[in-house]
Amino acid sequence: MTPTLAGVETPIIEVSHVFTRFGETVVHKDVSLTVRRGEVFAIAGGNGCGKSTLMREIVGLQEPTSGVVRLFGIESWQLREGRHHEVHRRFGVMFQQGALFSSLTLAENVAAPLKEHTRLSPDVIRDIVALKIASVGLPADSAAKYPNELSGGMRRRAALARAIVMDPELLFLDEPTAGLDPMIAAGFDELVLQLKALLGLTVVMVTHDLDSLWRIADRVAVLGDGTVLGIGTMRELSRSDDPLIREYFHGPRGRAAEGQHGST
Amino acid sequence: MAVTSKPSWTRPEAKVGIGGAGVLRCEGSWTIPNLSALSRALAGVQWPRTPKLACDATQITAMDTGGAVVLHRLVMQLRREGRQVTIEGLRPEFAEILRMVSSNWNRIGLPATTRPGWAEQVDQAVSKWTKQAVSALGFIGESTVGIWRSLNAPSGIRWRALLRGLELDGFNALPITGLLSFLIGVVIAYQGAEQLRKFGTNIFVVDLVGISLLREISPLIVAILIAGRSGSAYAAEIGTMKVTEELDAVQTLGLSPVQLLVLPRVLALVIALPLLTVYADGLGVFGGMLIASNQLNVSFTEFVDRFEEAVALRHFLIGIGKAPFFAFIIALVGCYQGFQIRGGVDDVGRHTTTSVVQSIFLVIVFDAWCSIVLSWWEL
Repeated sequence: MTPTLAGVETPIIEVSHVFTRFGETVVHKDVSLTVRRGEVFAIAGGNGCGKSTLMREIVGLQEPTSGVVRLFGIESWQLREGRHHEVHRRFGVMFQQGALFSSLTLAENVAAPLKEHTRLSPDVIRDIVALKIASVGLPADSAAKYPNELSGGMRRRAALARAIVMDPELLFLDEPTAGLDPMIAAGFDELVLQLKALLGLTVVMVTHDLDSLWRIADRVAVLGDGTVLGIGTMRELSRSDDPLIREYFHGPRGRAAEGQHGST
Repeated sequence: MAVTSKPSWTRPEAKVGIGGAGVLRCEGSWTIPNLSALSRALAGVQWPRTPKLACDATQITAMDTGGAVVLHRLVMQLRREGRQVTIEGLRPEFAEILRMVSSNWNRIGLPATTRPGWAEQVDQAVSKWTKQAVSALGFIGESTVGIWRSLNAPSGIRWRALLRGLELDGFNALPITGLLSFLIGVVIAYQGAEQLRKFGTNIFVVDLVGISLLREISPLIVAILIAGRSGSAYAAEIGTMKVTEELDAVQTLGLSPVQLLVLPRVLALVIALPLLTVYADGLGVFGGMLIASNQLNVSFTEFVDRFEEAVALRHFLIGIGKAPFFAFIIALVGCYQGFQIRGGVDDVGRHTTTSVVQSIFLVIVFDAWCSIVLSWWEL
């Protein structure tokens, strides 16, 4: 459980009036949103609406053309200057393709943040790594395997184990359930909820998975047309009048997911 | 600049100590940044000889899974030593984390990686080498058949890819091969000049430069350069295509990777390398000529006159004749290593390196073999 801090009222992420352009293509015209501590915040929207770009801007991998993105109150783009090591330890990122280091085994991948950021004894590191590997549901014998020997779903879970090994306060997930079978995807959702309950994690996820959105997202921001079309709970958004939001949530798949989760 | 909320990483440290009889007092923030200090503190604790030990955890103000792992390890260790351990006053939310850790404890335990014995290592190495040799033979066979077929039916040749290969591997290599062979010509003439002047046989610089460059050095220098320049590129390109599943896409489209990728590269190099060698011959001899007129008073006309007499046509032809074989070796090794890439990014690097080392090695071995055979025939 994250202890309450002095500045608990400052939002953990603050995106204000972000404008992003790649050459001629305008991705974000005016995006503003805040993420509060302890919530599962989802970023949804059609393909190519700049969800992943927004996430890259939040974690400091990319600079917005204009506007300000703050993470833990620090401007994200300044994270790369290396003066903010402590901030890097406070969040974990799970990339879409896993982004596991291919020259390291699964266990070494998961151990990498601990080895870089702490001076723990190898025994303790080994136990923490083994615990994280078990808690994401990977079998112990996969620990000695290299990423290219793992299946896609296992790689995804290994990436999650690496993202949470430092017990970060904030976890970013880029399309965590895309391409996973429904059982594993549901398990993934459960895992996120469990981590949130256990460790008081704040989760920011980019997703298309409507089931996931209904099941675990506290609030959802729908991006489209370069701006935030709407922010709210799924229930609120599903009642929205915005034509683009309606299109997104009330397609055949949206209705099926709503029928399953929305009525409960 | 920005005023930050005080980072949670500078929280009060974690402490342990013996407080009273049979009570272990645990305090502070049991979180990952504090754990190394905590482990040191634990190592320094003077454990009382009581059979029962109570952990007073009321003062633990923060805990994450790392802290729970350390606490669990401690409890397990004390129990193994035959003590009865109880944890008292742990906050419910931390108890929940501890429960998660202990409930997963039986499932974890990374398999110990055991080093195989020498017999197993030998066995593995032998089977690996056998497999590699077989697959290399298979690849050479497949490529040769592919090349033979497309030479019989030239409509199967990818002309665009071939021309592009000629540009990338031939034309674009002109500056660097030219510069290098010019310098080699200069170096040979310069080194020879010292010796030749002693005997007053200045004019023999022409024989020295002409024969050594045309017959051996130019083809070798060009081949080594191209192995580093193009062979490595072939391995990396094809390997990356394999990693990104592009090769699989090619195969499912019913196209042959050999015809699509290997053939244009082999043909381009087989055409380009002899041409580059002729060019390198020219510039190398020119470099030698400059030094000859400068250091040995052999004028350009004398040089050319002597060249016609001294350097037989066969030297030139032998040099040029070797070039296509060098090209064949380099292109095939590069492509083969590319196809051998299985896994991820580091595999690409490893096989690219191997392709350069192997192709240079094979080129030199082939060159040595040529020398032996040609000396039998007294050429």
